[in-house]
Amino acid sequence: MAEPATISPATLLKDELDIVIPTIRNLDFLEMWRPFFQPYHLIIVQDGDPSKNIKVPEGFDYELYNRNDINRILGPKASCISFKDSACRCFGYMVSKKKYIYTIDDDCFVAKDPTGKDINALEQHIKNLLSPSTPFFFNTLYDPYRAGADFVRGYPFSLREGVPTAVSHGLWLNIPDYDAPTQLVKPLERNTRYVDAIMTIPKGTLFPMCGMNLAFNRELIGAAMYFGLMGDGQPIGRYDDMWAGWCTKVICDHLGLGVKTGLPYIWHSKASNPFVNLKKEYKGIYWQEELIPFFQSVTLPKDCTTVQKCYIEISKQVKAKLGKVDEYFIKLADAMVTWIEAWDELNPSGAKSAELPNGAAK
Amino acid sequence: MSLEIKDDEIDIVIGAVSSDMTSFLNEWRPIFSRFHLIIVKDPDLKEELKIPEGFNLDVYTKSDIDRVVGSSTSILFSGYSCRYFGYLVSLKKYIISVDNDCLPARDNKGFLVDAVAQHITNLTTPATPFFFNTLYDPFSEGADFVRGYPFSLRSGVKCALSCGLWLNLADHDAPTQALKTRQRNSRYVDAVITVPARALAPISGINIAFDREVVGPALVPALRLAGEGKFRWETMEDIWSGMCVKVVCDHLGLGVKSGLPYVWRTDRGDAISSLKKEWEGVKLMEEVVPFFQSVRLPRTATTAEDCVVEVAKAVKEQLGSTDPVFARAAGAMLDWVKLWKSVGSSSSPPGV
Repeated sequence: MAEPATISPATLLKDELDIVIPTIRNLDFLEMWRPFFQPYHLIIVQDGDPSKNIKVPEGFDYELYNRNDINRILGPKASCISFKDSACRCFGYMVSKKKYIYTIDDDCFVAKDPTGKDINALEQHIKNLLSPSTPFFFNTLYDPYRAGADFVRGYPFSLREGVPTAVSHGLWLNIPDYDAPTQLVKPLERNTRYVDAIMTIPKGTLFPMCGMNLAFNRELIGAAMYFGLMGDGQPIGRYDDMWAGWCTKVICDHLGLGVKTGLPYIWHSKASNPFVNLKKEYKGIYWQEELIPFFQSVTLPKDCTTVQKCYIEISKQVKAKLGKVDEYFIKLADAMVTWIEAWDELNPSGAKSAELPNGAAK
Repeated sequence: MSLEIKDDEIDIVIGAVSSDMTSFLNEWRPIFSRFHLIIVKDPDLKEELKIPEGFNLDVYTKSDIDRVVGSSTSILFSGYSCRYFGYLVSLKKYIISVDNDCLPARDNKGFLVDAVAQHITNLTTPATPFFFNTLYDPFSEGADFVRGYPFSLRSGVKCALSCGLWLNLADHDAPTQALKTRQRNSRYVDAVITVPARALAPISGINIAFDREVVGPALVPALRLAGEGKFRWETMEDIWSGMCVKVVCDHLGLGVKSGLPYVWRTDRGDAISSLKKEWEGVKLMEEVVPFFQSVRLPRTATTAEDCVVEVAKAVKEQLGSTDPVFARAAGAMLDWVKLWKSVGSSSSPPGV
């Protein structure tokens, strides 16, 4: 058990948050996170060879799922969960029983802020999720709910209550999250800029959501966090989080929920091989030219008042409009439906998923 | 990636709402002295301006304003709006304008921030309004577009407006500052971001820069509160002007950036006494924001002037009967465009 002095004094949401970690190799990185993570329950999703034994450091409370477990629990619906890709992590979201999720990659370590202090990324994510977002009007001083900040002159008072925050998207120091072409051109570039801000991404604006350091309110938006069909047997990789991010943002915009980006930073230590990445991303680089206009123009009907209904509607539009781009999207659209079916089975309705009156969407 | 900009393409426009410019100009001297300055004296100001030696500048006073625009339209330029006269008579491509109670700030490392250089960098590197880059400005040193950013959007669009921020006295409204009397902004956020297309923001006039040739006419001295005063808490003219510029930029496919550079805003005035006056502005924003969020400009509006005329029409139709201040604003916008066409030097269509 770690020294009491190193554990965060206010272990916020200790029993309401699960940490979901996809892994294929080992979980040594957890040692560095111990002071911040130990109070929380972990869900480990083991990708790759299920016969391999993944060692979890002593003292953590966890459940671990490998491919055999996924197949057993979901049966035929397991087809929607990717194999040999960290996209499998979304299985962890589905089986969690908690209100909040934090997901982190196993090559992400504790970063230091400009004063040299270790950053408790989980604590910052929780603060982001527990304070409102402001998607309808951009505050030029960034997050107005932070200590030392506020709304600027001209910000309408009627918008100052904000909306519930569904997603908190954190960033990375050291190895930046570049695509393969950029990595090839700038192999030595490191992100050394600590930008001390959190901001709400405005309604109607899409963004590239990275799954390396991400937290969300599972009750509000979990059903939209499907990380798609990637990896083994699929024509594409490294677009799992992107896909989830576009769907999630469209649904958040429709339901009047907020998405924040900025702090906290983690230290991203491992640069993946750009040639391997290029092979995985190749199709995505072309396809995203169609995908972005598609998501930018998606409209959801008023009667889509739950995340699941929104998601099914998007899957229909994916099939209709993106099916022409590649057959893959027809498969993906079907997988999206399977995901929702599996989600609803494991998360019986009435209890968790929030139904928001459409009046909330502006 | 940024263009080479010569000093003589830049005008620094300062509205003198108080008469003693000595410490202001002396503090900015290391940064301003290379450039041509336009100082416009608030026509309501009675005292003589005190300006130190050693600057290349032109000073405009009430008599100049009356002479150029006629005494009936000169009303447009009183108080904080005097700076717009400077925009009108400038012959340069880029304008940088700061309130005369702002001084150079220091960054996190203690270095003096060259606000002019940063604004020029912002204006001469592309903006990216169509998709949000999570690592902020991809054109700054040490940054780039992140994974998932479509390649077709990576060339960006021209940045027409750069809005800087403020350390010390931030630009909060009077109720907020009155409630948090001792709060000062000490957080230096090392980022420039593009305000996404269709997202509106309160664009403060305290520390801005813009491409005059492309959007000059869209910065309009139009919304004058009945009780407008000599403190920023008692004005909304810049907020109105900023919303107008953003709508115009969104329509014309131009970018607006926000963030660096910071200036240091000196403590001045009393939020609580301004509270009485600013309440009007605070109430009006409840109408102003939904209006600008819903305004749509026709395809035929291809220049900033055209756009302003269309916005003015919409203001008159939709807000004119809500409050006389809006009907006056619509009229002022049309007067401004007329003035711009007759007095202002050439503006070029965007996308050139």
